[in-house]
Amino acid sequence: MNAKDNFLKVKHLYNRAGFGISYAELEKLSRKNLSKVVDNLLKDSQKDDPIKLVNDFESKRQLLVQAGLYAKKDLTDEEKKMRQQIVREQNEVSRDLNIAFINQMINTDAPLREKMTLFWHGHFACRSNNPFFAQQLNNIQRTNALGSFKTLLVEVSKSPAMLQYLNNQQNRKGKPNENFARELMELFTLGRGNYTEQDIKESARSFTGWMYDKDGSFIFRQNLHDTGTKTFFGKIGNFEGENIIDIILEKAETSQFIARKIYKFFVNDNPNEDHVKELATHFYNSKYDIASMMKKMFTSDWFYSPENVGTKIKSPAEFLVGLSREFYVTYNKPQVLIQLQSSLGQYLFNPPNVAGWPGGQSWIDSSSLMLRMRIPSLVLNDGEIDFSGKADPEDEAVIALSRVATTNANANNKPKSYVNANADWPKFLGTLPKGLTPLALTEFLLQPKLNDKITTMVSDNKGLRSTAVEITSMPEYQLC
Amino acid sequence: MNRRNFLRNTGFVAAGSLFVPAFMKPLEAMALDELSLYKNLVVVQLSGGNDGLNTVIPFGNDIYYQKRKSIAIKPDEVIKLNDMQGLNPNMAALQEIHDQGWMTIINDVGYPNPDRSHFRSMDIWQTGSDSNQFLSTGWIGRYLDSNCQTCKFPYTAIEVDDSLSLAMKGQTKKGIALKDPAALFRNTNDPFFKAMLQNDKEHLDEDNLGYLYKTMIETSSSANYIQNTSKIYQSKSTYPNSGFANQLKTVSKFISSGLKTRVYYVSLSGFDTHVNQIGQQGNLLKQYSEGMAAFLKDLKTNNKLDDTLVITFSEFGRRVEQNASNGTDHGTANNMFVFGGKLKKQGIFNAAPNLGDLDTGDLKYQLDFRQVYGTILDKWLDVNNADILNKKFNTLDFI
Repeated sequence: MNAKDNFLKVKHLYNRAGFGISYAELEKLSRKNLSKVVDNLLKDSQKDDPIKLVNDFESKRQLLVQAGLYAKKDLTDEEKKMRQQIVREQNEVSRDLNIAFINQMINTDAPLREKMTLFWHGHFACRSNNPFFAQQLNNIQRTNALGSFKTLLVEVSKSPAMLQYLNNQQNRKGKPNENFARELMELFTLGRGNYTEQDIKESARSFTGWMYDKDGSFIFRQNLHDTGTKTFFGKIGNFEGENIIDIILEKAETSQFIARKIYKFFVNDNPNEDHVKELATHFYNSKYDIASMMKKMFTSDWFYSPENVGTKIKSPAEFLVGLSREFYVTYNKPQVLIQLQSSLGQYLFNPPNVAGWPGGQSWIDSSSLMLRMRIPSLVLNDGEIDFSGKADPEDEAVIALSRVATTNANANNKPKSYVNANADWPKFLGTLPKGLTPLALTEFLLQPKLNDKITTMVSDNKGLRSTAVEITSMPEYQLC
Repeated sequence: MNRRNFLRNTGFVAAGSLFVPAFMKPLEAMALDELSLYKNLVVVQLSGGNDGLNTVIPFGNDIYYQKRKSIAIKPDEVIKLNDMQGLNPNMAALQEIHDQGWMTIINDVGYPNPDRSHFRSMDIWQTGSDSNQFLSTGWIGRYLDSNCQTCKFPYTAIEVDDSLSLAMKGQTKKGIALKDPAALFRNTNDPFFKAMLQNDKEHLDEDNLGYLYKTMIETSSSANYIQNTSKIYQSKSTYPNSGFANQLKTVSKFISSGLKTRVYYVSLSGFDTHVNQIGQQGNLLKQYSEGMAAFLKDLKTNNKLDDTLVITFSEFGRRVEQNASNGTDHGTANNMFVFGGKLKKQGIFNAAPNLGDLDTGDLKYQLDFRQVYGTILDKWLDVNNADILNKKFNTLDFI
């Protein structure tokens, strides 16, 4: 076992399976056998730490009030105010929930579980105005993140957030709403082209009566359920929702669809079909055991081959969480995290649609890239990159002029950058071995192989702190 | 491409066209001719779902007054365009535009199985998808991807905003978002950024790192081109003092200084008027109309109106019947505004909404929004709309 080689592999593993790793931890783990490290990672992630921010009791009360107001035709001014007040509170708590999820990822000691939660968050993409529902779905995704895919799928399907988002509340005997049935097959399990319109119609009938009650709990309403015979994928029976899910899981296409998506998220945007097949077969044979599939992937040689290292574009969540985690960042006004997610195109709990975030190169356009290259200096160093170079003489005048203009405009109210964050530099520097060179720090912080330009840029005699700010502002830092 | 190369290249193009014998093509005429190749499209998005029925008021229809007891606009306040429809009184600034023949209103634009979620419906409008289809590229983005003669520059599509809308994102090409060309120029000329751009050739592979570097290089060259082309231009027109008018002023500056951009994208939000609609929508329509009127007149002054087409859309209209809070809830089909100096049909394009024939309280659409896009793609941007919209849509006769 080559020590340097193992160092790079463990670093890659923790970048993909988690949100990065500290130098000290990396040094420690690198001394172990890689398969031991993977076992450790899975063991650490057995811990399930649900988010308990939103108060169950208060949410139920609000739900009841809302239901009452919804049923009335003409509202008094007081009642209108009450309704608006609830919406306001819900919006506020929804923002807190978003920040709680980000903080959980930043601080977790079960990194794989949180990374998988982020994966399922995008896979079972959902929006809910009700933060309690949103929290419940997020916790379902976390608790089952590494468990049985079937349990996860059933629980997601029964969650009020999803029942509401995909209109299963309106799916009734004689008046089916096909939204949930369609997305279940198109986006959650089989993928396009592996079912017919007839299969959608018949399965929608099977899910009639799957609803949630006034308290926000799942309820099967027998009287709204279509008890007639259905034909689904050639099978005939009086199917209910869970029968449909069983039949869908019997089809190997489901394991292939999930395995490909996992591969694209953890390994490479362009799937190697042989590797996907290997994963899918394993997943299917293990009766959809998620942890087992993940272990198979992390212990495969191809997971560590050069084309899969330092070649994926970090999602905005991975980028923000990774940066904050590495440098022990405190956000004095956490709301800024929402602004940043939104500007970077991934506002958690607010996916663009039920298909989730498309990912890959779609994260990057001119404005999001410029912002990504600016954020590390804003977060770590109040917007300063300690780099002296020369602009073209002819451009200098323009730059100087506009700089004066902005400084004047902002002089009064901008002691810190608008991001208003602090990195814990002593703590970060304390994780580094004595005498670490700027070049070695660069090799640690960047996943792609270094080229001459970067080597030259960081090799002048700058301190580690300035070097860190510089490296994290590079395009290479966008990759993991 | 850095700025120096860029200047060299454009210099070369200009020199090349001088080889045309002078007697065939006088210099002034050539310049005009070259510029008019760049027909501009300006897309204006009204976010939140603008209530089309209180924007273009069907004052000739009693049903409108029956369904909107407390928020209907009285007939004597309406700016009448024909004997059935007229504009909200807050849109007085557009009367002159209408009378000049620079405006067309298309009624009842929508799509089958309409979605009432803001996010989803906006997605559908921006991507040009069916209502049960999820596309991750926008309609203008796919126009950029098509690599047509006129859309090969990274600055072919500009959104005047801090971030880029899905409409502007293609698979391989994307528009550029900027609020202030000087600020973008400053950022891309930052010493650190410039150092990152040096010796970039080794990075220009097809992989993700290559994509990041390609985006940086294009951002930098676009920022230089936009700033250097537009900085000398000074608009002589006055615009109202609003964010929206400012966006249009920036667009006008770009168009008038001869930027070879084809598509501009701006937006105005706040149209989700569930409660006390009259005041809120009135303010927004006033901002919209005054900004738009100033913009169109500015373009006219600069001889650019004939080369410019402006369309305005919102993700949905609102229900025909008002709600109990003096507002309106999410609906379906809606009107679109089209402006330009070369409209084929002026005034009102098609029949007013049929308020007597509703689909569970909502307007039925007469025209698919992709027919409008298709018309623009075919007749204005010179590409085959089927290549961009994934199937052929019949074109309309407004241009």
